[in-house]
Amino acid sequence: MSTKSTISAAMLASAVAAAVSSFAIAAPLSEAEVKAAMDAGKEKCFGVALKGQNDCAAGPGTTCQATSTVDYQGNAWKFVDGGTCTTMELPDGRKGSPEPLSRDLPS
Amino acid sequence: MRAAREVLSATAGGLGYPERFVPALLDPGRATPALVAGPKGKAANKRFNVYRNNVTVSLIDALAAAFPATMRITGETFFRAMARFHVRETPPTSPLLFEYGRDFPAFIERYEYAQSMPWLSDVARIERAWLDAYHAADAPVLPPHALTSFPAETLGDAVFDAHPSTRLVCSAYPAVTIFSANRESGPVGRIEVRQPESALITRPALEVEVRRLPPGADAFLCSLLSAESFGSAAATASARCPEFDLANAIIVMLGAGAFTAIRHGG
Repeated sequence: MSTKSTISAAMLASAVAAAVSSFAIAAPLSEAEVKAAMDAGKEKCFGVALKGQNDCAAGPGTTCQATSTVDYQGNAWKFVDGGTCTTMELPDGRKGSPEPLSRDLPS
Repeated sequence: MRAAREVLSATAGGLGYPERFVPALLDPGRATPALVAGPKGKAANKRFNVYRNNVTVSLIDALAAAFPATMRITGETFFRAMARFHVRETPPTSPLLFEYGRDFPAFIERYEYAQSMPWLSDVARIERAWLDAYHAADAPVLPPHALTSFPAETLGDAVFDAHPSTRLVCSAYPAVTIFSANRESGPVGRIEVRQPESALITRPALEVEVRRLPPGADAFLCSLLSAESFGSAAATASARCPEFDLANAIIVMLGAGAFTAIRHGG
């Protein structure tokens, strides 16, 4: 421990224990499990994003996020709550789809 | 792409196309560059004016899109006038518009007509940090059990790796309350908060999260983000703020996903 510190190792450890206990339910999950749980709750949905509001998962350092240029663009997707993609109401009878759509493409 | 300001200062002979074209773009007082001509060699003053108007307006639009709460506070007319001064003074240095506006909060801080709103620049700092967090690389956040499985006797010397999206904005004003009240479209009631507020901005998964930090947690996180040890950061925060609650600060940093890893320092 650094010399200027006035916090003992025991105090640090007890603060950590107190803090982590409030995350007790999440603690046993591995990172992969957390990711799986998160992914399960969200699904890609094509044709539902307003222009400039689409999501992207091209990876770190790249982004196609917020690049769609028309509302409800068929080849742009957004994460939505699982199970809501094909049932959500869109104007003029449009439906979302887990697969890319050929409607509302930018000209 | 070279900064327009840099190009402006280029006065040497043998200038290339950009050096001759760019200087007049953000300065309506300058004449149309001689190399711009209409059909049959006619003057193209109107065309150039349309073009340079679009350059300025597009940059003001970019600032308006990046700083919506700031614009809501000032009103659109005030905001666009302020943005116009900034665009002329500090043109973009990157072709990526989402990178623009890093100097805008500092400009607001010294902008003559915004002096009656001393907290406005801090609201703008939170908005700029929000955009940085939004575009930051994805990374898995530090799971809580990584702290308990770390050897307790060396916890004091441990250091943390910041998540790419983590930003800290410390304010002498209730900037987080003002930001939150104005960022959404709902009605803004009277804001009674007086005490300083610091913001922690993170994007642990898909959504950017802005948190108001409890007392002392800003000093604690500031130390951790500058790679100070866990023990030293806790000591600094306790010394600076008697109300500092270490366990609560740890809950905030874990819940926000501010870090990706804990390592042995040294």
